[in-house]
Amino acid sequence: MDKILRINMSAAGGPTQSTEKAGEFAALGGRATTSTIVGNEVPPDCHPLSADNKLVIAPGMLSGTAAAISGRISVGCKSPLTGGIKESNAGGQAAQVLARLGYAAVIIEGIPEGDDLYKIHINKDRVEISVDNSNKLLDNYPLIEKLQKEYGDKVAYMSIGSAGERLMASASIACTDPELRPTRHCGRGGVGAVMGSKKIKVIILDDAGCKNRPPQDAERFKTANRAFVEGIRKHPVSGEGLPAYGTNVLTNVLNEAGGYPTNNFKTGQFEGGTKISGESLAELEISRGGKATHGCHRGCVIQCSGIYNDKDGKYLTKQPEYETVWSHGGHCGISDLDTIATLDYWDDNVGVDTIEMGVAIGVAMDGGLLEFGDGVGAINLLRDEVAKGTPLGRILGGGAGMTGKAFGVTRVPVVKNQALPAYDPRTVQGIGVTYATSTQGADHTAGYAVATNILKVGGDVDPLKPEGQIELSRNLQIATTAIDSTGLCLFIAFPILDQPETFQSMLDLLGGFYGIEMTGDDVAALGQKVLTLERKFNKDAGFGPEDDRLPSFFQTEKLPPHNLTFGVTDEELDQLYNWD
Amino acid sequence: MQVNVKLFASFQTGRFKQEFRDYPDQTQIGTVVRELNIPEEEVGILLLNAVHAKLDQPLSDGDLLAIFPLVGGG
Repeated sequence: MDKILRINMSAAGGPTQSTEKAGEFAALGGRATTSTIVGNEVPPDCHPLSADNKLVIAPGMLSGTAAAISGRISVGCKSPLTGGIKESNAGGQAAQVLARLGYAAVIIEGIPEGDDLYKIHINKDRVEISVDNSNKLLDNYPLIEKLQKEYGDKVAYMSIGSAGERLMASASIACTDPELRPTRHCGRGGVGAVMGSKKIKVIILDDAGCKNRPPQDAERFKTANRAFVEGIRKHPVSGEGLPAYGTNVLTNVLNEAGGYPTNNFKTGQFEGGTKISGESLAELEISRGGKATHGCHRGCVIQCSGIYNDKDGKYLTKQPEYETVWSHGGHCGISDLDTIATLDYWDDNVGVDTIEMGVAIGVAMDGGLLEFGDGVGAINLLRDEVAKGTPLGRILGGGAGMTGKAFGVTRVPVVKNQALPAYDPRTVQGIGVTYATSTQGADHTAGYAVATNILKVGGDVDPLKPEGQIELSRNLQIATTAIDSTGLCLFIAFPILDQPETFQSMLDLLGGFYGIEMTGDDVAALGQKVLTLERKFNKDAGFGPEDDRLPSFFQTEKLPPHNLTFGVTDEELDQLYNWD
Repeated sequence: MQVNVKLFASFQTGRFKQEFRDYPDQTQIGTVVRELNIPEEEVGILLLNAVHAKLDQPLSDGDLLAIFPLVGGG
């Protein structure tokens, strides 16, 4: 990854391209690369949908190598949803292909004049930026089907659906999986709207004729990779639970623990939880000839996904993730898997974040638009309003915060205007700290305290008490920021938190690849460095301590069954970035 | 006394999902786990009435005990 591709969509006479040396970014990747470039080049006070914003795409440090499970791709920009810095990452094939093509990053800047819609085709010999208005307002599934006739099935696609073209703040960028389904999304923060604002419908990545990136120290790298895979396979979470039941194995756990936000964060337990649990989902998938185990990219050794067929055994969508099953399920009082899977399909097709969209629909239910539990109504909202860009669809597509305002709802679960995921911060207090303080807005992946609070992986901190949560969230946010830069899937956190030898093999993978010595301190230093610059961007964009807070109802409304409020004080939250 | 026992994920295989089971008073959680032939080292999460519990905790009539292997997601 020795070069950076820069595309200027504003140039007079049409988009221009240039290639520059990767410099410091040759040995960086993922979130470290996107956030550094956004921090260096994007004015923090710019409008996110203006020509001043940039869309930065970066594979991870180990993407495009033989390292297992290294296929995460990061997309960065100023977020149209939060107004702060954004890094949104996804699986799929794109990271591996872009890295093998040799790019440490693709930077897209400016906005073209006129209404033409562009596509970008990158292969080993050239980059072609061309107008193709025949793709206008196509959603992701028909778009990819159409493009395959032109570019074939040996490439990776990154695309936006109609939501991205309509500049909705919940719009995602879809990345295709190994079978070319547009199911792996850079979902959070409206990155799809930024791509849409630059009039780019799709990026086609073709690595024909390219090889895996070679390690500096081949023997050390190979040995480390073997130990790394062994460590992932022997840990019960990554070796057994995730492959068999997927991420949705968490529905029963959170529901039994009383931390499953139900009917827009009114209670912590959902009566229909078991019906939509990972156990029920896997059983249904297998009975319909789908798959309960499937990898989102080649080289994945966990395979936490699956294939969901409809009643007739026909492909409907990929296995909906825990967060999706919650946002469209318990959060909306819906306990029917076919309804949730249909909503998941429409999210992927239109190209919106499943968390933001599900939470927005639940908030609208709280505002009286629909009854909680109205699955048919929820599908209609997505298929007939959001997908068609009606005024109501644009309100929902603007996210949970906008929907709350439109319907006069006081219980609006957002931080920095980004919707909360599937863990109630009153029952899982550590994740509440992450929601409140993350540079990204409410984001469970930013510092997954659920592991230590609820799952008892990587230690044991009581989820019901405020004690110890700041330190826990701080350490996890630092480590996660570094992992998000490697291109490795975050689910390696389960084995590396519990097994010191697997953590060491990850350091050896990085060290063997780059021919350096890596220590745990180096990982922490990288994480802190990136968080510091993300936080500076947000500060310059106008964020202050008052933005590092949960909505006030978490302090005033007690959540059954534990009847607790969020107990971490504002003063404590302000201590999270204690090195800054 | 009667305890509402729920099993999850791989622990359901060859056992059950939910049963109301009778035990002598003060039976410890570990005794229930052993009786169900679940190796103690495979137990990941124990929730007694929605609160994390340990194997040596005694049970009371009407308790809800949820037993999970080590699982994760996100």
